Amino acid sequence: MPTLSIWFVRTAFSYLVLGFTFGALMLANKGVPFAATLWRLRPAHIELLTIGWVVQLALGVAYWILPRFWEGPARGNTTGAYLAYGLLNGGIWLVALSTWLGLSPGLQLAGRLAEAGAALSFAWHIWPRIVGREG
Amino acid sequence: MPPLTRWFIRIAMLYLLAALLVGVLLALRSPLGLPGFLLRLGPVYFHLFLVGWVTQLIFGTVHWLFPGARSARAQTATLGWVTLALLNSGLLLRVLAEPLSAGQAGSFWGWLLVLSALLQWLAALAFAAFVWPRTRERRRKQRRAQGGG
Repeated sequence: MPTLSIWFVRTAFSYLVLGFTFGALMLANKGVPFAATLWRLRPAHIELLTIGWVVQLALGVAYWILPRFWEGPARGNTTGAYLAYGLLNGGIWLVALSTWLGLSPGLQLAGRLAEAGAALSFAWHIWPRIVGREG
Repeated sequence: MPPLTRWFIRIAMLYLLAALLVGVLLALRSPLGLPGFLLRLGPVYFHLFLVGWVTQLIFGTVHWLFPGARSARAQTATLGWVTLALLNSGLLLRVLAEPLSAGQAGSFWGWLLVLSALLQWLAALAFAAFVWPRTRERRRKQRRAQGGG
């Protein structure tokens, strides 16, 4: 497994644990209320598990497993994939923190833009690797 | 495909079916005038889909695809089976307790919801611990680095 995939996958599993922690706290609080403010974790819970866990794991596995090149660097120009990792995680934290702490909506917008930038950046990297056996 | 993966994927398929049937029930509530109680199934519908189907399918595929499946099967697959048990008991408990505890916080059903939360949280921890050591560079490289050829 390449180093970048290890980063993506380990980060995804960290978000899985954090997202399930938030979810478990909210679910327990629903059964036996102990802190009303826990409901503010809901948008962060959704963000961490959808983008942080599912999307991030998919990108990490795609980077690892999609076809490689016979000549030159095996995975081609990897700048887009590394950029995607940074943008995606920056975006996740901006969205999660701004919704959790009730910060400026501008930060949430910036987070969403960073996530969209991550998708664009990863697509730039992976596009040439989406090929059949004939190339 | 290792046995643990088969269990994860088959159970995931059952949850997909269950989630979509609950979705049908929720869609029929208004046109057929079914009881308002059914609205309490909203969160159950989402979690059957996202935990029961998506997460469980991912867990099964990860165990199959990630390096070290053979050694994991022999040595540490126990943690994978523990995940399967924790995740499913926690989710099933939620399906039962969440609608029944609505409006009765702190009741018997409320405490079952706490137990459900704990079981699912432990499942996430167990699976992360199970997979973490299997995310690594190719073994051939490691052997070469150790001078093992």
